[in-house]
Amino acid sequence: MAKCSDTVILNLWHPVGAIAEAAPGAVQETVLLEERLSFQVGVDGEPVVWRSRPDARGADQVPAADRLPARGAYGYVWTSLGSPPADLFPIPEYAEPDRRRLNAATFGVNVSAPRAIENFLDMGHFPYVHTDILGAEPHTEVKEYDVEISVDRDEILATRCRFFQPMASTASDGGADVDYVYRVPHPYCSVLYKSSPVDESRRDVIAIFLQPLDQEHVRAHLLLCVLDENSEDKVIKRFQQTIFGQDKPILENQFPKRLPLDPRAETPIRADKSAIAYRRWLSQKGVTYGVIPAAA
Amino acid sequence: MITLYDYELSGNCYKLRLLMSFLGIDHKTVPIDFYPGREHKSEWFLKLNPLGQLPVIEDDGLILRDAQAILVYLASKYDPSGKWYPRDNPALLGEISQWLAFADGITATASAARLHDALFYDFDIDAARAGAHRLFRILDEHLWFGEQQGRDWICSAAHPTIADIACFPYIMLSEEGGIPRQDYPAIRRWCDRVKRIKGFIVMSGVFPAGPARAAA
Repeated sequence: MAKCSDTVILNLWHPVGAIAEAAPGAVQETVLLEERLSFQVGVDGEPVVWRSRPDARGADQVPAADRLPARGAYGYVWTSLGSPPADLFPIPEYAEPDRRRLNAATFGVNVSAPRAIENFLDMGHFPYVHTDILGAEPHTEVKEYDVEISVDRDEILATRCRFFQPMASTASDGGADVDYVYRVPHPYCSVLYKSSPVDESRRDVIAIFLQPLDQEHVRAHLLLCVLDENSEDKVIKRFQQTIFGQDKPILENQFPKRLPLDPRAETPIRADKSAIAYRRWLSQKGVTYGVIPAAA
Repeated sequence: MITLYDYELSGNCYKLRLLMSFLGIDHKTVPIDFYPGREHKSEWFLKLNPLGQLPVIEDDGLILRDAQAILVYLASKYDPSGKWYPRDNPALLGEISQWLAFADGITATASAARLHDALFYDFDIDAARAGAHRLFRILDEHLWFGEQQGRDWICSAAHPTIADIACFPYIMLSEEGGIPRQDYPAIRRWCDRVKRIKGFIVMSGVFPAGPARAAA
């Protein structure tokens, strides 16, 4: 398979690892868009990323000119193989001091990044795949919701999503109708806001940041930014890992693996409104990596 | 009450949750941050199990490690029917032990492949997958010949034993390690039978049997 030539994707910021799991000063090896990368987080928390090479055993041996763009954001190291924008998409809630901010896990998944985003946006599978947690029969209806492509923010926004959930989070004490808002501010990243069981006026934030290893394999980084004063970190992580572990076989059995962008390729239903908008948005951007572009 | 030191995505921990569910025994769970926290290698956990592996149980002051060993213990102590581990049947006990060892082989291959693909363990992925296929082929043939003789389970009994529980999880999760089961029809039929045992529960990555037939 050829290395990535999709300039839209090359010019994006991409996550490569969780800062919490990178021992200060230790070099981590990973892959992004079929290129081997190394990164290191300094004791000051600043990441350095470079294309792996045998003569460089640490960031101090990599001249500035050979370093890739790098930044720390939302608990992860981000880099780019092209010319990335000055800013990464905002998640203002991440700065709120009373939130629990955790990398629930980074999992390798045999799926294309866009297929994983679509699954993240889908509420229809909750009762069947996340039975008795995020959904339960007979509450299977995906009620009408709104989707817009925000032009000024260049992102997809799905609002007024509601779903009955038996156990929406570690802080839940029973079933409840849960409000959702989904954002897709990056072709391979999505941010979900859902009602907090502990504070009616606020929402828990759960994000999925996909690191494309190649067109059909990702590392999925799961960010939690939630309101929960009582549960231990590992209990909060376990909840999200349980959910993601249920999605994994579904993701890995999607066919074709790359997401078809031709509107006639797969038959959507009303509940797939956000997925339709997502596919259209990828087409408009001219994304070709991880997708099957619509015939011109 | 039994305490299980548990990680949700561990097939070896699932073996014990499964048996306890079949037997209807209550237990308490202590979640271990196996990944990404590596809590099973922490100082406090190594005092419980110097091998730094899950699962571990604590019961009446007894601390026990190793999924297969714990299956033997739980079935011997808590199964009044004596079917899951029939202590009075030497031939069957021998068979069960043989397949418990085989289950360890499945862990060393199919589970290793899954750890490589999903959690980035530094294993020889080709060797792990080839090893799993070799074991799956052997089990598939064994189950196929069993079916011809009217035997539904791994061992020579008219009911499942802990050998079935020990082999089940990492076979069910094998696709996560890039090991498809298309070529093992007898294994697939046996998996479906396991899923229809009364009291069956799932873990993340394992789905229940379809509603085609009521549970036995």
